Amino acid sequence: MTKTVFDDIETLKKELIRCMKCGNCMAVCPVYNVEKKESSVARGKIALGEAVLSNAINIDDETLIKLIFNCLLCKSCMMACPSGVRFDRIILGLRAAIFKKKGLPFIKKALFGLLKNPEMFDKGMKAFAALQGLFLKSEGEKKRTPKGFLKGISQRFDAQFILPELSRESFRDRISEIIQVEKSQTIAIFFTGCSVNYLYPEVGDDLIYVLKKNNVTVITPKNQNCCGMPVLVHGDIETARELARKNIDAFENTKAQQIVTVCGSCGSALKNEYPILLERTFYEEKAKKWANRVYDISTFLLKAIQLKPPKGRVELKITYHDSCHLRKSMKVFNEPRQLLKSLPGITFVEMKKPDACCGSGGSYHLTNVDTSLKIAKTKTEDIKTTEADVVCTGCPACMMEIFESLHRFKGISNVIHTVSLLAQSYKSEKDEKKN
Amino acid sequence: MINQNFISQCKIIFGHENVLTDKAELLTYSYDATAGIPREIPSLVVFPQNTKQIQELIFLARQTKTPIYPRGAGTCLSGGPVPLSKGVVVSFQKMNKIVEIDADNLTATVQPGVIIADLNTAVAKYGLIYPPDPGSMATATIGGSVAENSGGLRGLKYGVTKHYIMGMEVVMPTGEIFRFGGKTVKNVTAYDFTHLFVGSEGTLGIITEIICKLIPSPKYHRVLIAFFDKLENAGKTVTDIIRNHVIPATLEIMDKVTIQTVENYAKIGLPTDVEALLLIEVDGMGKDSVEWEAKTCLKIIQQNNGKPKIAETDAEKDSLWTARRAALPALAQVKPATILEDATVPRTFLVDMLIAIQNIAKKYNLMIGTFGHAGDGNLHPTILVDPTDKDEMDRLHKAVDEIFEKALSLGGTLSGEHGIGVAKLKYLRSEIGRSGIDTIRRIKQALDPDNILNPGKLVPMED
Ligand SMILES: Cc1cc2nc3c(=O)[nH]c(=O)nc-3n(C[C@H](O)[C@H](O)[C@H](O)COP(=O)(O)OP(=O)(O)OC[C@H]3O[C@@H](n4cnc5c(N)ncnc54)[C@H](O)[C@@H]3O)c2cc1C
Ligand code: SF4
Ligand code: SF4
Repeated sequence: MTKTVFDDIETLKKELIRCMKCGNCMAVCPVYNVEKKESSVARGKIALGEAVLSNAINIDDETLIKLIFNCLLCKSCMMACPSGVRFDRIILGLRAAIFKKKGLPFIKKALFGLLKNPEMFDKGMKAFAALQGLFLKSEGEKKRTPKGFLKGISQRFDAQFILPELSRESFRDRISEIIQVEKSQTIAIFFTGCSVNYLYPEVGDDLIYVLKKNNVTVITPKNQNCCGMPVLVHGDIETARELARKNIDAFENTKAQQIVTVCGSCGSALKNEYPILLERTFYEEKAKKWANRVYDISTFLLKAIQLKPPKGRVELKITYHDSCHLRKSMKVFNEPRQLLKSLPGITFVEMKKPDACCGSGGSYHLTNVDTSLKIAKTKTEDIKTTEADVVCTGCPACMMEIFESLHRFKGISNVIHTVSLLAQSYKSEKDEKKN
Repeated sequence: MINQNFISQCKIIFGHENVLTDKAELLTYSYDATAGIPREIPSLVVFPQNTKQIQELIFLARQTKTPIYPRGAGTCLSGGPVPLSKGVVVSFQKMNKIVEIDADNLTATVQPGVIIADLNTAVAKYGLIYPPDPGSMATATIGGSVAENSGGLRGLKYGVTKHYIMGMEVVMPTGEIFRFGGKTVKNVTAYDFTHLFVGSEGTLGIITEIICKLIPSPKYHRVLIAFFDKLENAGKTVTDIIRNHVIPATLEIMDKVTIQTVENYAKIGLPTDVEALLLIEVDGMGKDSVEWEAKTCLKIIQQNNGKPKIAETDAEKDSLWTARRAALPALAQVKPATILEDATVPRTFLVDMLIAIQNIAKKYNLMIGTFGHAGDGNLHPTILVDPTDKDEMDRLHKAVDEIFEKALSLGGTLSGEHGIGVAKLKYLRSEIGRSGIDTIRRIKQALDPDNILNPGKLVPMED
């Protein structure tokens, strides 16, 4: 087996050398825009990678670790890069090398080291892990985290902090594994992701509703796992690989033609990260096969099947936030807009920079509170200017972040998943008929 | 030099959060956008927020003979902000306020860290523009572009940075705060200090405030593209356009290698069998005059056997520009390193220079794509190399030497817009001669007697 960027840091050389230090990434990096430091942006982190490889600095240098983790993995830099630098591989490769050398406890300490109440952080990490689906299914499935428990873990959990209520019963626990429809167009797997499973089960319900309306048979495999993104971004490649293999096994056990996601991060993990993670292993071909079959719900409706357009009126003024992973990794941005604009009664207004990051970045908003809050504030101001009733987005992580920051910065809009608005339209069709 | 006391003093002056001392942070200030020049890690990075802080830093640096390196966005293409002798990097990224926009006097007063594109966004509300538009305008700072006297894509009609700077505040290397110029169009008091400091590459003083000139934004635009089977015909078109008294805002050229590479990368339907393309944009306040200019260009292109295409809609205009915008990205994909030169010749020698570059590429077996500002005679021969290939790097250096030699022999210059810095220091004498070197040294010594400001750049201290 030849080595990948995750196994051998030397292989990063050919990625690093493509960076010509032009600085174009500075114009788009949300972290850099707040901090104005060279180390905040891709160019600086690439220089750090070069320094590691030339032994100018050690991979376990504490500042270096903090800087390498000071990135949202939003991939905005990759969109602006004239030389096609594969920054995602670089940053994940560096994190993998740090993880291998120091392990997770060390990384946690480096990241959460500034917390006021250090003895809390282990508990905190657990709570946080459950939220993020860090635990494998067997351990974490039924655990719930009361909100009070979060106090003191991160500065972000202050008096202003709110979370969607954790659902008592996870989505996958209460939904039947196969929902067969008549005159089925196709059979699709619903990959729920942890956020829908634990935090936003209603988004899952809405997805099922929309797919049923379109005569799609839905399989929601009980034995699917976390997509692995939360462990991958902390450099824990082996766990990420294990999760990837388990998920692929779960897909292989079905007769499904496609996978549908409602989370930009999950979707981009299946589509773009699994093939890299499993490169040069027995699973490589399977990973590629399923990567080609992954659809965000919006592209699934418009490109994979014959859509039955929703006709019910939804009298709302809405705006749309591009999730970074949905837009910049999965390259989905036209379809959600097309669908939303097609809903009768909708007034669609674009916000100033719809594709600017919301500040979430997985655990970034807990570890790098100041920067994340500033990014979130700008996003909130752009939303407020639109005076929209509702912000739509295609990723539960963004929903959570925007929900929280709208509350914090006194916005009035509601946050809703694109698929929920589609479901709402289908549902009001029924009401209109009744009337 | 820098010791613990120096660092504590800096923390008092700038505040803890505005001083970087960790090695990992310092490493990221060891370079700019220039390929193939030495890097050095500074001892300290500070982020000033006001002029007073910089003055205090200068006093401290003079006592200890510590080199100071001003830095904007670090997009320089000649090594300007690289801290060659360690010392302190002064990063202007956080000193980035637009102090005032005076729409009636057509001026903007800005701090040096303001990003060029941000100034343009801010003045757009008043229907105004700040014309200098280097390719890096989305990231580069006004301070850096003043220090480099940057050009841009509309230099032919609108000029370069030096034409839009009316006054400044500078902290001198000896610590005095010096303000000169102002909002008046006319000002002949004392020497023309503005033109001394524009293009001084951070070697004569630290610029802390800048008064920029603004102009009304042109209302009408027309964009044309033209393909030529012969370089000579493209060159003649350029001179004919000027001879007919049309001054386009943009008059850009791309050679065959660049066209083929762009097409290969972006698949935008460019013909790959032509020798050159010209991209032309005319603009102005009157619809009729802009139409007349566009028609004149069209006629001249046809007379010179070019195949023209004129954009009728905004979308078409954008698509014609795509080719030019893709030039650098496309070339950069081909090989790991991209060396971007900016030798410049009088417009009438454009074709001679292009042919010379092609011959040099053949002679040294290098891939060179050339594009650039044809109207300014400012070419960007872009040499694509693999830095790990020693033999290729040797050939690269020889080719660059020959390109400069040729440009000078045609009455041109080493650098049209990227500056001398360290990258072109060794060629300086061949353009300005012994007397030039003596003069530049005397100016430097008079203003910076301790040689603490950006030492090792622009001014050769040894023969
Ligand atoms: C992709 C790309 C495209 C480019 N296109 C063009 C182009 O079209 N035209 C062009 O002319 N250039 C171009 N450049 C070169 C470069 O962007 C310009 O020279 C730019 O103006 C530099 O600005 P900066 O803020 O990055 O300055 P830096 O690179 O940080 O610094 C440049 C010099 O200015 C000095 N300096 C910075 N701030 C101050 C200050 N406040 N006081 C005193 N000295 C200071 C520094 O010491 C240094 O010597 C391009 C570069 C890239 C990477
Ligand atoms: S845009 Fe790409 S090539 Fe340019 S500095 Fe950033 S990563 Fe490097
Ligand atoms: S991924 Fe996002 S946060 Fe990270 S360097 Fe790139 S633009 Fe910045």
